[in-house]
Amino acid sequence: MLKKVYEKESGSVVPGVRVADAAFPAPFKSGLEYSSPARGTWNIVHTGMLIPEAHEIFVCAAGCLRGVVLTAAEMGTTDRVSTVAVRENNLLDGDMEDLVIEGVSDIIGKLPHRPPAVLVYTSCVHHFTGVDLEMIYARLRERFPDIDFTDCYMNPIMRKSGLTPDQLMRSRLYMLLHERPLDPRAAAIIGNDIPAQEDSDLVQLLRAAGFRIHEITSCRNYEEYQEMAESSFYISYNPDAAPGGDMLAERLGGTHHYLRFSFDPDEIDAEFSKLAEVLSAASANVFDALADIRTRGREASAAAIRETRELIGDTPVTIDYTFCPRPLGLARFLLDNGFNVVRVYLDGIPGADKPDFEYLRENYPDLMLHPTVHTGMRFANTENRQAADQELVLAVGQKAAYFENTDHFVNVVEGGGMTGYEAITHTLELMRDAYLHTQEMRELVQIKGLGCEVCLH
Amino acid sequence: MKQTASIISTYSADVMGVCSALFELGGMTIMHDASGCNSTYTTHEETRWYDMDSRVYISGISEIEAIMGDDEKLIGDIEDAASELHPAFIAIAGTPIPTMVGFDFEAVAEVIEMRTGIPTFGFPTTGMNTYIHGASMALGGIAERFVEAPEEDPEPLEGRKLRVNILGLTPLDFSVNGQDGSIVRWLEDEGFEVVSRWAMGSTLDEIRRSAQADVNLVVSAAGYGAARVLFERFGMPYAIGVPAGNELPGLLADLIRIKVQEFRNDGQNSATFESREISIDSGVFLDGSTGRDGSTYEQGFAAVIGEGVSSLSIASSIEMECGIPAKVLCATECPEDILRECDRMTPDEDDIIPELHGAAYVIADPLYKPIVPQGAKFIPLPSEAFSGRIYRDEIPDLIKDFNWLIQQL
Repeated sequence: MLKKVYEKESGSVVPGVRVADAAFPAPFKSGLEYSSPARGTWNIVHTGMLIPEAHEIFVCAAGCLRGVVLTAAEMGTTDRVSTVAVRENNLLDGDMEDLVIEGVSDIIGKLPHRPPAVLVYTSCVHHFTGVDLEMIYARLRERFPDIDFTDCYMNPIMRKSGLTPDQLMRSRLYMLLHERPLDPRAAAIIGNDIPAQEDSDLVQLLRAAGFRIHEITSCRNYEEYQEMAESSFYISYNPDAAPGGDMLAERLGGTHHYLRFSFDPDEIDAEFSKLAEVLSAASANVFDALADIRTRGREASAAAIRETRELIGDTPVTIDYTFCPRPLGLARFLLDNGFNVVRVYLDGIPGADKPDFEYLRENYPDLMLHPTVHTGMRFANTENRQAADQELVLAVGQKAAYFENTDHFVNVVEGGGMTGYEAITHTLELMRDAYLHTQEMRELVQIKGLGCEVCLH
Repeated sequence: MKQTASIISTYSADVMGVCSALFELGGMTIMHDASGCNSTYTTHEETRWYDMDSRVYISGISEIEAIMGDDEKLIGDIEDAASELHPAFIAIAGTPIPTMVGFDFEAVAEVIEMRTGIPTFGFPTTGMNTYIHGASMALGGIAERFVEAPEEDPEPLEGRKLRVNILGLTPLDFSVNGQDGSIVRWLEDEGFEVVSRWAMGSTLDEIRRSAQADVNLVVSAAGYGAARVLFERFGMPYAIGVPAGNELPGLLADLIRIKVQEFRNDGQNSATFESREISIDSGVFLDGSTGRDGSTYEQGFAAVIGEGVSSLSIASSIEMECGIPAKVLCATECPEDILRECDRMTPDEDDIIPELHGAAYVIADPLYKPIVPQGAKFIPLPSEAFSGRIYRDEIPDLIKDFNWLIQQL
C-alpha cells in the first residue's frame, strides 16, 4: 500500500487518477492546456543550433517569432537566428513563396559571414496555404549554391498527426550530411540534444568494441559535422529520434538501430544484446565487451540501489515525463526496489511504457498519475506549498519538482545522456544528491533548454 | 515586403497583449492556438506567471479541428474548464490559424456565454500585430462590459481631489519593478486620487468603479481602447503621457487640472474623442532651431526606440532638460496623431536602421544594440515587450528617477 503523502485540500481542482483506474494511452481527457514554468526541455531553436555554423531563419507570424528570437537571445546566439515576419497581407495576397525566397535572400545578403548551412523554418500558415516548399528550396539552392539548405518546420498544429514537430526536427539535423564512403568502424549516436555520457553503457560499448564515435553535440565546426556521414551505424535511443535514424539509413546507406531506453535490467540486457548483434558485423569483440559492461553494471547498480534505499528510505518520490523517455519504467523499477514512488506526472503513456503501465496497475494500483497540461495543474504548485514545508518530497524531473514545490530534485531532461546500467546507477546517484542537497528549483527550472550550452562551440 | 530581422528581436504579439492586460482580473483567457504561444507567453512575456495563479491557457487546436471547422471542441473544452474554475469572465484571443480559417470570434463567444452564463469576449487577434493592439482591444472590452455607470450625476470638482484611472499598465511596458507604483505615487503627490489601475494592481471590482473618475491617464498605447470606450460611454477625457522627467510630469498634472475643469464647463455636447485629449505639446526643435552642440533631428539627435507613449514622454523630457532633439522611433501600434513630425513609425529592422543615421544617442532595448551605428552612444533601456525576461533586473524606474537617463546624455 502506498503511503499517502498529504491530503489534498477539499475543493482542489488538481486532477489525478490512480494508475489502476487510468486509461491507456490517454489517462486524461484532452482540453485546454496549461503551460508550467518548467522549461528545461529543448525546443526546435535549440536543437537546430546543434549543427555547427548553421544559420536559422524562421518565417512565421510575429507571435511565433517571439519565442524563437528570445530563445536565441537567452542562449547568446542572436547572430545565428534571423526572422521573416508573415503579415496579414501575405495571407491575402498569395505571395508567400516570394516572401520566403526574398526574405531569406535578403537575410543571407546581410549576414557578416556566409553560413555553410541555412535551416529555413516554415510554419503552420505555409502548411495551410499550400505553399510550394519544393519550389522555394529549389530557388534558394539555385541562388546560393555554396549553401546547404534544409527544410525545417515550426508547425505545432501537426503535433497530433504524422511525425511530431520534435521528431521532424531531430530528423532534419542529419539532412545536410553529404554522402561519403562509409567506415565500418565509425558509429554515430543520433537524435540527442544532451550528449551521451562518456560512462554510459552505450559509449563504453562502442569504445571497447573499437568504434570511432560521432555525435552532433560534440561537432565543433561544419566539417566535423560532415564527418558524421562516414558512420556505418546510426544508433538512437530517444524515441523521437528513431524516424530520423530510418531516414538517414535510407539516404546514406548505413544501418540504423534503435536502442530502447530502459531501467529494467532484463530489458537492458536484451536491448544491448540486439545492438551487439548489429555491431558484430564490424567488430569481433563486441560481445566480450558487452559481457564485461554487463557484469560491472549489475554489480554497480545493485550497490547503488542498496545505498540509495538506505539513505532516502520512505521519502516520497515523484517523477515526471521530461526526466526520461520511460517515466513509468522508472517508477516500476524504483517501486520494485522498495522506494516510495507516489506520483508520476505525464499527459500520455508512451507505447514503450505500456508493459510498465500494466505492471503498475497490477502491482501498485494506488500509484497516482497526474497530468502536466490540464487546466487544474495551474494550482498544483500553490496547493503544495504548505505540504512542501512539512515533508520532504524528492522529485525526479523539473515538472515534478515544480508541481511538488520542492527544492530536492533531480535536474535532468531527456534522460541526460544516460543508457543501460549506467542510467540506473547515475539516476540513483542523482537522487541521493537531491535528497541530501537542495537546489534553487524556482530559478533552475525556468532556464530554457537545460544543457544547451553544448551548442556554443 | 521583405519584413526581415536579420539581427534584432521582435515585439510581443497581440495575443500576448490580451493575456497580459487581463492577467490580474480573475478571468480565464484562452489563446486559440496549437502550441507555442503558451510557452512563449509564460516564459518571456509574463513575469507574474510563477507567483500568481492566473488562468491563461491555450486551446491546443489540431490540424483536423482547424480544417473541419470544429469549433465545438473549443467550446466544450472552455465549458468544462469554466465549470471547474469559475472565472469572472472568459476571453478567447486568436492566432494565425484561427485567422486563416475564418474563426468567428464573436459568434463563439456568444455561444459560450449563453451556455456558461459567464461574460465572454472573442478578441480577433492574429498573432501578427504587436501586444499594444491586443492589450488595447482587451482593455477596451473590459471598459465596454464591466465598467458600471455612476448612479448619480457627476460630482462637482470643487473642493475635492480629481479622480484618475490609469490605463495601459502592463508589465510588458512597466515590468514589475515598481513603475506602476511610481505612477500612482506621482498622481497622489500631485493631489489626484487614483480610482483604478488598468490592469496592474486593481481588482475587477475596482475597475468596475472606473466611471467614478474624472479623467483617464493613458500611460501606453495599450490604454487607448479603454480610453475611447470610457469617453464614448461616460464622456471621460483622457491625458496621454508617462510622468518620466523632472519637468514634464508637473506640466502634465497642471494641464490635467486645467483641462478637466475646462471640459466640465464646456459640457459634452459637441465633444469628440480627439477633442478630449490632454497632452503636452512637445517638439522643442520642430521650429528648426538647433539644440546642444548644434544638434538637429538629422544630426546629433537622440533616438528613442520603443512603445509610442512612453518613448514620446522620454523624448519630450530629453528635449526639455538636455536641449537635445530627440525623435521617437515607434515600433508598436500607436495613434499617429500623438507622434510629432520628427517621429517615425518603424515596424521593421529595415525601417529603423536608416533613421538612426546621424544619431548621437540611441536609447533602446539592449537587443537593438547590434544595429546602432558606430559613433552613437547606446543607452540601454530594456523593455519586457522586446527582450522579455533577459534584462528584467536592469530595467530602470524612470518615473522615480529620470536623472539616471539624463546623466548619460
